[in-house]
Amino acid sequence: MNTVLFSAIIAAASVCAGFLGSLTGLGGGFLVTPVLTLLLGVDIRYAIGASLISIIATSSGAAAAYVREGFTNLRVGMLLEIATVMGALVGASLVTVLPTRVITVVFGLVLVQSAYLSGRQLVDHDTAGAPPDRLATRLKLDSTFPSAGGERRYRVRNVPGGFGLMGLAGLLSGLLGIGSGAVKVLAMDQVMRMPFKVSTATSNFMIGVTAAASAGIYLRHGYVDPGLAMPVMLGVLAGSMVGARLLFGTPTRRLRLLFAVVVAAIGLQMVYHGVAGRG
Amino acid sequence: MASVAAPPPAHPVTRVQQAVGNLLRTGVLLAAAVVLAGGILYLARHGGAVADYSVFRGEPASLRSLAGVFRSSLVESGRGVIQLGLLILVATPVARVAFTAVAFAIERDRTYVLVALLVLSLLLKSLLG
Repeated sequence: MNTVLFSAIIAAASVCAGFLGSLTGLGGGFLVTPVLTLLLGVDIRYAIGASLISIIATSSGAAAAYVREGFTNLRVGMLLEIATVMGALVGASLVTVLPTRVITVVFGLVLVQSAYLSGRQLVDHDTAGAPPDRLATRLKLDSTFPSAGGERRYRVRNVPGGFGLMGLAGLLSGLLGIGSGAVKVLAMDQVMRMPFKVSTATSNFMIGVTAAASAGIYLRHGYVDPGLAMPVMLGVLAGSMVGARLLFGTPTRRLRLLFAVVVAAIGLQMVYHGVAGRG
Repeated sequence: MASVAAPPPAHPVTRVQQAVGNLLRTGVLLAAAVVLAGGILYLARHGGAVADYSVFRGEPASLRSLAGVFRSSLVESGRGVIQLGLLILVATPVARVAFTAVAFAIERDRTYVLVALLVLSLLLKSLLG
């Protein structure tokens, strides 16, 4: 296949991945790597290199919008970035020593797990009246966010628990070239009991920094190929911009479930691919 | 990217948040423009070559280090220009962390200046090797 045709196919696939990723909130990176490896036979190290780059583009774009609307908790984001960045450095270093089959299998398992997470019911905690948490108070993490009825206050809990889970999110991000948005949101909304919209916005804010930590290691080891990263980055960015413009708020439950099933199926395919030794 | 052309925000968005938003947006758009320019150059010259990524060879040294990327983008190699755009993209969140450190310093919030500087040093260590 010549390079123009190959780039066009990858760009088209990346537009779709970015579009679906922004509609569902999972991020485009989730689909780029399976498409590149399963359908186009790209070595997974090139695939995760291109995917990681595209994540920085989409998350920075989304974060720019959220942060201006006042949903992002800058302090929580900065504090937890210590954990995600350290995790990412470990994860990205693991890529350089682990067999690619192992990375492929882990990627598949994480996809299945994320499918499960994205299909779950969302509950928004009301923590305005809750007693303050000592560590969160000392770190000035409690804040407010805009809602239909004006500013709403919320409290942050269990900072160490969230910090630990963020370390894992960073490790997966560095190991698989993904944003780990699902795990980041889980840490903030389930463990630290932050409102869902604040968790999503703050997660987006952190994804770029987490990915930048791995990017240095990926670049030095030659995983970032410009010819491949170019159509992936431009495609995912364009797709996610269209997706964000088309749909506001959370997608319907039915759409989320449908997508969760598709993601789980792709995940199982990745596991099979790795176990069968084609990773 | 959600719409930002919203009516007057109900939330008192601080100047720091506005500036961080602008910084991120500018970085991404600049990076995308450079990558696109490099892509056109690359496809115009090597579009007919066979694309094969099934075997991992790793990138040449000139595309793996900051200095190498700058040099190859100067000689107008399409791949070098794309890689330069990708470096601008990677530098965007790093610049954001540095900016946040300054913002917290202006607010005299010493704890978070330290937090931001710690994150920044980890990022620079990874990027500069």
